[in-house]
Amino acid sequence: MPKDFDFATSAVEQEREEFRRKERLRSHLTSVVSSLLFVALVVVVLKNSPGWPRVKESFFSPEYFAMAWPQVLEGLWLNIRVLGVAVIGVAILGTSLALVRMTTSAVMFPLRVVARFYTTIMRGIPMIVVLYLIGFGIPGLKLFGRIDKAVLGTIAVVMSYSAYIAEVLRAGFQDVHPSQRASARSLGLTQTQTMWYVIIPQGLRKIAPALMNDFISMQKDVGLISTLGAVDAVRAAQIVVAKTYNFTPYIVASLVFILMSVPFILINDWYSERLRKREQTGGMV
Amino acid sequence: MANLQDNKKVLRIDNVVKRFGDNTVLDHISFDVHQHETVALLGPSGSGKSTVMKCVNLLEQVNDGQIWLGDTDITDPRENQDKIRSRIGVVFQQFNLFSHMTVLNNVTLAARKVHHWSREKAEEKAMSLLKRIGMDQKAKEYPDRLSGGQQQRVAICRALMMEPELLLLDEITSALDPLLVGEVLEMVGELKRQGATILMATHEMSFAHDAADRIVLLRAGHIAENGSPEEVMDHPTDPETQAFFAAYNRV
Repeated sequence: MPKDFDFATSAVEQEREEFRRKERLRSHLTSVVSSLLFVALVVVVLKNSPGWPRVKESFFSPEYFAMAWPQVLEGLWLNIRVLGVAVIGVAILGTSLALVRMTTSAVMFPLRVVARFYTTIMRGIPMIVVLYLIGFGIPGLKLFGRIDKAVLGTIAVVMSYSAYIAEVLRAGFQDVHPSQRASARSLGLTQTQTMWYVIIPQGLRKIAPALMNDFISMQKDVGLISTLGAVDAVRAAQIVVAKTYNFTPYIVASLVFILMSVPFILINDWYSERLRKREQTGGMV
Repeated sequence: MANLQDNKKVLRIDNVVKRFGDNTVLDHISFDVHQHETVALLGPSGSGKSTVMKCVNLLEQVNDGQIWLGDTDITDPRENQDKIRSRIGVVFQQFNLFSHMTVLNNVTLAARKVHHWSREKAEEKAMSLLKRIGMDQKAKEYPDRLSGGQQQRVAICRALMMEPELLLLDEITSALDPLLVGEVLEMVGELKRQGATILMATHEMSFAHDAADRIVLLRAGHIAENGSPEEVMDHPTDPETQAFFAAYNRV
């Protein structure tokens, strides 16, 4: 632990510090040993499985890995673009749904009902079904001419995720203590100003970790647009698999998705930890 | 000093009734607050003090009667409630500073957003208010870095920013460490000397006695007493009023 100050310490404290240092060392050693044991166990079990050589060849082949890598990476670029557009779409639609559901005025009644109905239905339908409905249903209407599969996939992702995000946002906004609203309104702020300057900023802080988590989940779910035939990372892997009868490209696809999510997972962990520390200053448990 | 009762009435509470379900919390309450007057609203917990404050601040709707702020009937649903609220300054028991804003932004928010002042003008005024209470050094701090007493003094500044016609203080020292109560009460005393019109609900009997021009004592939704501190607190004639103050004196 970094020390900010160098205080002269008593014998009692020195003795306690010495004990803590030994305890720390012991727990580090224990974790190293247990990790090694765990890895050894996994290796032994795999090596002794009767089908291991076959699995190794069809899932972890270095030649096929090298072959699939550039194509999967090229597909990933589509995922990234879809994700970028979908995040903006979800932010707009999700926030609108949450705000509409929180209004109280009579004028908004029909919209409130629609928003409620939408979030209820959308959270109930499996995402893959939404993809099929949008991806094959909308072109089936023959209203707009040919629409790119990736665009339809993006629409489906936005529609599905907005329903979840809307509910997370609503929970966050409603979690802001009523006294904050009371003091904002006492200052003469309107309902809308109170929402914008007080409730939304405070609510967002509280739910930022949950939102980040949904973002990470969305990151991998954009891979589902491959079911519509858009050539993304998953579809690119599928194409190589179909040609070679080797499954290694799927491992490649998994790897690129993991690599894409790791930075955001780290940021989320860091932020959640910072929030936790700030909210419970001090204390040992 | 001229009789404050001759001043014009800033707040007029006229036969106000408030019910929660079948529980009548305020039962035909009437009293006035005159300009430059400090009225202390006393009474045991549950007597309706906070409800009076909430009705005046339009956080609760009355079930009958009228409340007048100057010439405005604030219980008239046709009046613009946001406009009315911005004419009244409120300080709450739990301070209720906006936790995501600096002290300066807390104090200037209403000026900038409701009254459309420029940031420079709002900050200049806010800084002069903060300087008067020795808090100008803390202008850039967030509320959670301040002591309860400091937070409450900032909350008072926030309420004073737009020079409200009436200042509502709702048990503003109840959540404070006894050692910090003094600094907040001192500030209220200073406001009173400057001529503020104040309605305060409080449990600080000695402060009410010294600072208030008039005491309104609530008991179970009725006004039990309405008079000067000397009449109500020093020489009460009603046995229940005597018992109420005697209980506080024992603590």
